[in-house]
Amino acid sequence: MSLLLAYSVRNVWVRSSTTALTVGGLALVSLILLTVFMLSNGLNQALIESGSPDNVLLLRKGATTEIASGIYRDQAHVVRALAGIAETSGRERLAIPELVVLISLSKNGAVTPANVVVRGTHSAAFMLRPQVHLVEGRVWQPGTTEIVVGAQIAKRFLLGGIGSHLRMGKREWLVVGIAEAEGTAFESEIWGDVDQLMATYGRDSYSSLTLRLPAPSAFQSIEDAIGSDTRLQLQVKHERDYYREKSVTMTTFIRLLGFTFTLIFAFGAILGGTMTMYGAVASRTKEIGLLRALGFHPRQIFTVFLLESLMLGTLAGLLAIAGGTALQFVTLSTMNFSTFSELAFRLTLTPASALGTIGFALSISMVGGIPPAIRAARLPVTSALHTPGR
Amino acid sequence: MTLGTLIVRNLRRHTFRVTLTAFGIATVILALNLIVTTVRAWYAGVEASVPNRLISRHAASLSIHLPLAYRDRIATMNGVTGVTYANWFGGVYRDAKGFFPQFAVEPASFLDLHAELSISEEERQAFLTDRRGCVIGRRLAALYGWKVGDVITLKGTIYPGDWEFVVRGVYHGADAATDETWMLLRWDHMNERRQQIDPDRAGTVGWYIIRIADPSLAGSVTRSVDAEFANSTAETRTETEQAFQMGFVAMSGAIINSLKVLAIALNGVTLLVLANTLVMAVRERTRELAVMRTLGFRPSHLSVLVAGEALLIAGLGTVLGIAITIPATRIYGALVSARLGNFFQHLTLYSSTLLLSVSVTLCIAVCAAAFPSIIIMRDKIVESLRNTG
Repeated sequence: MSLLLAYSVRNVWVRSSTTALTVGGLALVSLILLTVFMLSNGLNQALIESGSPDNVLLLRKGATTEIASGIYRDQAHVVRALAGIAETSGRERLAIPELVVLISLSKNGAVTPANVVVRGTHSAAFMLRPQVHLVEGRVWQPGTTEIVVGAQIAKRFLLGGIGSHLRMGKREWLVVGIAEAEGTAFESEIWGDVDQLMATYGRDSYSSLTLRLPAPSAFQSIEDAIGSDTRLQLQVKHERDYYREKSVTMTTFIRLLGFTFTLIFAFGAILGGTMTMYGAVASRTKEIGLLRALGFHPRQIFTVFLLESLMLGTLAGLLAIAGGTALQFVTLSTMNFSTFSELAFRLTLTPASALGTIGFALSISMVGGIPPAIRAARLPVTSALHTPGR
Repeated sequence: MTLGTLIVRNLRRHTFRVTLTAFGIATVILALNLIVTTVRAWYAGVEASVPNRLISRHAASLSIHLPLAYRDRIATMNGVTGVTYANWFGGVYRDAKGFFPQFAVEPASFLDLHAELSISEEERQAFLTDRRGCVIGRRLAALYGWKVGDVITLKGTIYPGDWEFVVRGVYHGADAATDETWMLLRWDHMNERRQQIDPDRAGTVGWYIIRIADPSLAGSVTRSVDAEFANSTAETRTETEQAFQMGFVAMSGAIINSLKVLAIALNGVTLLVLANTLVMAVRERTRELAVMRTLGFRPSHLSVLVAGEALLIAGLGTVLGIAITIPATRIYGALVSARLGNFFQHLTLYSSTLLLSVSVTLCIAVCAAAFPSIIIMRDKIVESLRNTG
């Protein structure tokens, strides 16, 4: 059997140009599948991971996004006075009403502006969302027009970095800090003082209120308390659920698109693989006859041709993963369909998706390899030996 | 025996391999068409836009509204022949999947400015006289089985509460690009309720739509509108309808670009598949090609032979591909609307898309023939004759 395997491997080398074409095609298809995986991983990372399990988001009843929602100041006071909200070490309640607005910013060098989320909040928001941390500069001084800019926004819209100014709502805002947020949506936001932002935009209601629970189990009691208070016409949501709902359209869309195309391509790749392997069998008819004459069993011949096909599949899968590793450095920005705002996310390679890709490459090379392997095994010895050729 | 018959005879030597290759190309054609259709669906709004309309919105963001008072000031400007306004209503039907674009509009002027929404005179009158009335597009009506007189209940996401609208008319698109999934409801009805529940934001509009006398005036009217409201509490940003729609497309640029890259990669796959088959065919025939050359065939003849074979296989694949594409696009469209509701429409297969994919594939077939042609050119007759394979 080892002789057969060596024979098979050497054949791959001998027929290197055809093999390269097949492996290239297979690798391309696998890479497309992997990219789809990586896209949805990246989106999940950016959106779903934005929510913390302990956090609860309050929106006005009926509103599906923070932008469309509204919470009045008196409602915010009522909520902050409720029992069952986590407190900071300074005995301050972690319930922060925020104003969310969209502004148009022009990307460096681009003509059409993109919508960017500006979040008016309180500096305790960094405690509420521990994944957000400053990498440069400091937090804004309360009551000033200073802002902290998400790393993705800083990279694409504000090349000046700290100390540069941004014009929003007829006022100049000074950038004093740059924040990273572990790839979550907060990296695509601008944070500033809520009261300043409300004054700038002439709003006297907040958009949403995020509060932290002392334990995830406290959700029910806070939901009941808010539901029973007729002054508060608010809906209570786990922050994670909110972000999951926002990402549903995007991820469904990308998955649908991706998997439709992968399916079609997989079919094409199977055809390509079958063709190459049939070619491999046809050009080695005489050799196969020889091997049979030497006493190798048809089953062994079958196995060796299938293994050859699987080998090509593995090679293609590995190439695809190599490509995927390179793609990890790509950051995409797109409009989140649910909020019409700019969202940057990074293509993320996970072990599961790498495994899935290898599995995919192997299975299509298997499907493509079986029919030619059967033909090889079934070749009649005598006529095979008679075929002209090496 | 002409070159043509030679090509056909050659093809029939390996029917199985040729069939596989043709199917491979057919799959690529299918995928290419689906991609182009998807990308074009994105640009549907751009394609439907009219050159003599401008959109004016708040300079900071679409989510911030403009005062209603701007209407009269815009209407008196030079070159402006009509003004109307709209608000994004953002209601959902039953659940979040039941989404379709709804605009709260001033009925008479909106229908006047959007001549491509054709609606019968009685239905128009009925809409004008009923505050709770609405007008829906033909596709939307077909999707939910709504007809004139039905009551549609929407849950407001921006304007809270349940809203009831009576269908007073169904509009048809005047041309193929017109979006037939809109729902138009009355701004005055919406504003009335907003005055009660959210008086701060009442009396404002999302954006103005301005009709100009001549598309060439777009630049000057844009500048004069923006200058008029500069340094006010609500500055405007005015652009042509096409640019406005492009703004939305540009924001999803990453997805569109990756689809475009995919389309190019696909053509690469066609090239690989076809070149592979041709190289195999030529390798097998090394000896007989050499014989043909001794008989007086020039290398150029043999290249024509290979190119003809490539074109024929590609042609077969193309025909097959188109035959698959037409039903597949329908299935794809149905799948998308089943999973995403109304969110992504306009997945229609245009004949220009088909034509594009066919011509690109045939061009690629010629390129693919270059690989085996090089082999033929390089081969020495004497050595090839000695070849036993």
